[in-house]
Amino acid sequence: MSSSPVPSGTAFAAEASLRPRRRRPFSLAGALRGSVPYWLILPVVGTIAAILGYPLYWLVKLSFQRYGLFELIQHKGVGVGWANFRSVLHDSIFWDTLVRTVIFTVANVGLTMVLGTLIALLLVQVSSVVRVLLTAGLVLVWSMPPVVAVQVWLWMTNYENGVLNYILTKLRFGNYFQHDWYASTFSQLGLVTALIVWGAIPFVVVTVYAGLAQVPRELVEAAEIDGARPWRVFKDVTMPILKPIFLILTSLSIIWDFGVFTQPFLLIGQSRIDTSNYLMGIYLFEKGYFESDFGRGAAISILMLLIVAILSVVYVRRMVRMEAVE
Amino acid sequence: MSAQTQVAPAPVAAEAPARPVTLSRRGRRRRASRAAWNLVGLVVFVIIAFPVFWMISTAFKPDDQINSLNPTWFSLHPTLAHFNDAIHRPFFWNGIKNSLIIVSVTVALSMVLAFLAAVALAKFRFTGRKLFIVLIIGIQMLPQAGLIIPLYVVLARYHQVNALTGVIVTYMTFVLPFSVWTLRGFLLGIPRDLEEAAMVDGSSRLGAFVRILLPLVAPGLVATSIFAFITSWNEYISYFTGTSRHTDWGGLMAGSALIAIPVMVFFLLVQRKIAFGLTAGAVKA
Repeated sequence: MSSSPVPSGTAFAAEASLRPRRRRPFSLAGALRGSVPYWLILPVVGTIAAILGYPLYWLVKLSFQRYGLFELIQHKGVGVGWANFRSVLHDSIFWDTLVRTVIFTVANVGLTMVLGTLIALLLVQVSSVVRVLLTAGLVLVWSMPPVVAVQVWLWMTNYENGVLNYILTKLRFGNYFQHDWYASTFSQLGLVTALIVWGAIPFVVVTVYAGLAQVPRELVEAAEIDGARPWRVFKDVTMPILKPIFLILTSLSIIWDFGVFTQPFLLIGQSRIDTSNYLMGIYLFEKGYFESDFGRGAAISILMLLIVAILSVVYVRRMVRMEAVE
Repeated sequence: MSAQTQVAPAPVAAEAPARPVTLSRRGRRRRASRAAWNLVGLVVFVIIAFPVFWMISTAFKPDDQINSLNPTWFSLHPTLAHFNDAIHRPFFWNGIKNSLIIVSVTVALSMVLAFLAAVALAKFRFTGRKLFIVLIIGIQMLPQAGLIIPLYVVLARYHQVNALTGVIVTYMTFVLPFSVWTLRGFLLGIPRDLEEAAMVDGSSRLGAFVRILLPLVAPGLVATSIFAFITSWNEYISYFTGTSRHTDWGGLMAGSALIAIPVMVFFLLVQRKIAFGLTAGAVKA
C-alpha cells in the first residue's frame, strides 16, 4: 500500500486523522477491489435465485390458476383470477384451523420459552457434574431426528402397553391402564405439544444459558446486596440483558411452530387426522397436495407465508440492527 | 455506611470468635440448597432423557419383554435380533446409500458457495450488504410447508420428482442460508489485527486470506459442514421412514436407534462450536 501524502504540522493533518484511516485513492485496481464482495456473494445469490426464486415465482403463478393433476400432465394451468384465494377465505375449515393453530402456537411457544428459561437458570445453580449430565441429555434430545422422535413417542404412549400409562398409574396419578391418548382432539394436540416442546427446549436452554454468562456478576451481586429477591433480580437485571435473545428465540419458535407438519402428521397419524384436529401445515397438505389441487395449495401457502412474515418482521429487523452494530 | 466503617475495629475484634459459626451456618444452608437444586436437576435430566433411553433399551429387548404389560427397564438378556432385522429390511442399505450421496453433494456444494458469501459478509462493507442479510435471514424464516407445492410442481415439470438432483436442490434452499450465517459467525471471531499484520508483512489480500483466514476458520468450516450434514440427513430420512408399522416396536426402535445414534455422536462433537457460530452477534448485543 502506498503511503498517502499527508502534510504534517497543519490543521489539515489533524482533520485527516479523524477520517477513516484506510482511505483508498481512486484507481482501476481500487474499483476492481471494490467489486470483490459482489463476486463473492454472486454464487449464493445466483443459486438462491435459481432454486428459490423460480419456485416462488411459480407459487404466485399457481395461486392464480386452476392446476390439478390434469394440468400437471398438460404442463399448463388455466387462469382463474382470485378464485383460489376466495375459495380458501370462504372455507370455514380454514378459519377454524387458523384459530386452532394460533392457540396451538401460543401454547407451544409459551411452554418452550418458560421451561427452557427455567432449565437454563437451573443449570447455573447445580454442581458441575449435574450440569454436564443435564447438558449431555439436552444435546441428545436436540440431535434426535423428528421422525425418530415421533416413533419413540408412539411407542411410549401406545394404548396397549405404553410405558407412559404404566408410569402414571404407578405414580398414583390415577388409573391410566390402557388409556387411549389418541381418543380426543385435545389429547392428540397435547401429545404433539409435548413432543414439540421436548424437542425445542434444548436449543432454548443452550442459547439462554450462553446469554446468562454475559450477565455481569457485579450487577446481580449489587442487586442482591440491595436486598432484591431472586425474582426481582431476574426481572430487573437478567431479563433486560437477555431481551434480544428472548426476542429472537420467541420469533423463531413462532415461525417453526406455526408451520409445523412432520410431528402432528406422523404422531396423530393419517387415519386419525380429520378437520377437527387440522393444523395449518396439515390443512395445506390435505387441501393442496393430497387432493392434487395445486393452485389452491399455492394460495394457502401464500396466506401462510404472509401470516408468518407479519409475525417475523420484528425478528428480521432486530437481526439487521444487531448486524449493523457490529 | 461511613459511620459504620469508622467504628469498625472494635466490633470486629469482639465478633471474631462468632464469625466462623455464622459462616458455616450460611455455608451449610448454601450446601443444602445446592443439594436441592442438584436433585431437581437430576429429576429434569431423567424426564428429558427418558425417551432416548427408552428407544435404546427397547431396541435390545427380546419381543416377549417388549410386549409384556409390565415394562422391563434393562433387559438382562439383550438381543441384537432387532438390529439384524432392521439392516436386512429391503431398501435399508439403498436408503442409506442414497441419503449419503444426497447429503454429501448438498453439503459440499453449499460449503463452497456459502464460504465465499460469508467472507464477503464478515470482511467487507459494501452497498447492498444489508439487503443480502435480509435475504439470508428471510429465507430461513420461510415455512418449509409453504414451498413444498411449487417445488413439487417445478420438479415434476423437469421430471425430477424422485431423482436425486431434485432432492439435492430442495435441501440446498435450506442448508445454504444457514451455512452462510454460521460461517459468518466464525469469520467474525477472527481478529482483524491478524489479517492486517499479514498484509503489513507484504502479502496481498488473497495471500492473507489463504495463509491466515483459511486455517483459522477450518474448524468452523468442519463444524458447519457436519451440522449441515445432520440437518439434511434428518430431512431426508423424514421421507424414507414415513411408513411406520405399529406392530414391531423392537424393529422400529432398532431402526430409529441406527438412524439417530450416528447423528447424536456427530452432534455431541460439534454442538459447542455451532452454538458459538449461531449466536456470535446475537449474544454480543
